[in-house]
Amino acid sequence: MMTLDDLWDGTGEWLKGSGPDSDIVMSSRIRLARNIDKYPFPHWADAGQLEGVIEDFKSAYCSIDHFKGALFLRMGELDSIEKQMLIERHLVSREHAFRPEHKAVLISDREIISIMVNEEDHLRIQVLQSGLNLRDTWKLADRIDEELGQRLDFAYSPEAGYLTCCPTNIGTGLRASCMVHLPALVMTKQSGRIIQAIGKLGMTARGLFGEGTESYGNFFQISNQVTLGHPEEDMVDNLGRMIKQIIDQENAARDAVFANQRLLLEDRMTRSLEELKNAKLISTEEALNLLSTIRLGADLGIIKGVDRDMLNGLFIQIQPAHLQKKEGKQLSAEERDAVRADFISQKFNLKD
Amino acid sequence: MLCQICGKNDATVEFTEIINEEVKQLQLCDACAKKKGVEMEQHFSIADFLASISDAGSADPDAAADGGAPLRCKKCGMTFGEFQKIGKFGCGDCYLAFRKSLLPLIKRIHGSTRHTGKTKDPEAPGLRQTLQRKLQRAIDTEEFEEAARLRDEIRDLEKDPGGK
Repeated sequence: MMTLDDLWDGTGEWLKGSGPDSDIVMSSRIRLARNIDKYPFPHWADAGQLEGVIEDFKSAYCSIDHFKGALFLRMGELDSIEKQMLIERHLVSREHAFRPEHKAVLISDREIISIMVNEEDHLRIQVLQSGLNLRDTWKLADRIDEELGQRLDFAYSPEAGYLTCCPTNIGTGLRASCMVHLPALVMTKQSGRIIQAIGKLGMTARGLFGEGTESYGNFFQISNQVTLGHPEEDMVDNLGRMIKQIIDQENAARDAVFANQRLLLEDRMTRSLEELKNAKLISTEEALNLLSTIRLGADLGIIKGVDRDMLNGLFIQIQPAHLQKKEGKQLSAEERDAVRADFISQKFNLKD
Repeated sequence: MLCQICGKNDATVEFTEIINEEVKQLQLCDACAKKKGVEMEQHFSIADFLASISDAGSADPDAAADGGAPLRCKKCGMTFGEFQKIGKFGCGDCYLAFRKSLLPLIKRIHGSTRHTGKTKDPEAPGLRQTLQRKLQRAIDTEEFEEAARLRDEIRDLEKDPGGK
């Protein structure tokens, strides 16, 4: 059985930096919203009903093979650093962590599957994999949904499909998304145009940690918006096609900057590396941006001997709660900046 | 809880906004909510939209045109007016209870009002089509192991359409 400490010690499967096109696509995610028919939705339910949801879910998941050894956590029993760490690892939403009463989360081996209980909907099933892997990710989510659906009676209507708390999720309850790293498109000032085009095609782009974090390390989450009127496979494939086009555009931009501004790139990359190795104080945003440059340098072969596994891990390990957990205490913002700088420089100097 | 915009005053208003169909909830103080309200006029919000399509068109959406009982979900007790205010259903049955008034909203959000994805019920007539579609896709993409599995599943379903 996995414990909380095992969780913190490891890194999620999605950070492995493997899988198709993983130089540009960090991860693929499928989320399904489901509700148990006999209970009101979480915001409209009383404490007894919310506990009923948790109990029903517990007795359902324990007989499912995928959840052997999985970690079940009640949000109310976690301290504030632990809750923040779950957000940083993309396992729970902010809402789930900040209003923890009668909420829970189930996390499978290697963090591939996680299920939030009593978030906006009774169940939010998430499957997260490394690289561009939407179809397999969907298949696994579909299977988990089938298993749970055999044990729990989900709210459903033949006309409107799966019924969800918010009308924007009804039908499939499906949100597919990819986390993409687009440093060359940002560098060549094309990312704005692409994000606009994505919006026109019924999809949306957000930053690494949701709304308002678009500038963090040149990472974007691209996802579908519409959940009703198309079969799941079509939605997943549409997003996949869009991501392929974005990959092509990013690669074209990389080729262009590599061909035309090689010296500038090399200068920026070696400076970024030196900065990361020698900094004494560094904020999360600054570190993410420097790491993004290093990642591009490694992809282009300008920076050698830095492995993507280590880089991807750092994107999570340098987050505030992860640093505080490592130090075993609450830290002020400035203390964190110092610990962060120290941690990063150790990681990079080890590699020399 | 403090206002999520200014971070200074106590939040007194729960604000639901929808931008590009993404629903966001904010806890705001009076001053920021007012400012936000001005900003929001250009955007589409579920509450405004619902108000504009409410059948009776009266100030109180819960007052039915004939003076009878308000439109209410029998299962969870939520009225259509409450749904209009918060933009969230109370339970799965609300969809059926409010269906007629909802369809324009659903159409506007999704461009469609009919689910064509996976079906919950193995007995539902849609399951065979779903499997057939998955099978065709698996063949198209040369995922033959998956195709064989789906073919067996369809065969089982045809043998025993009622049970599972």
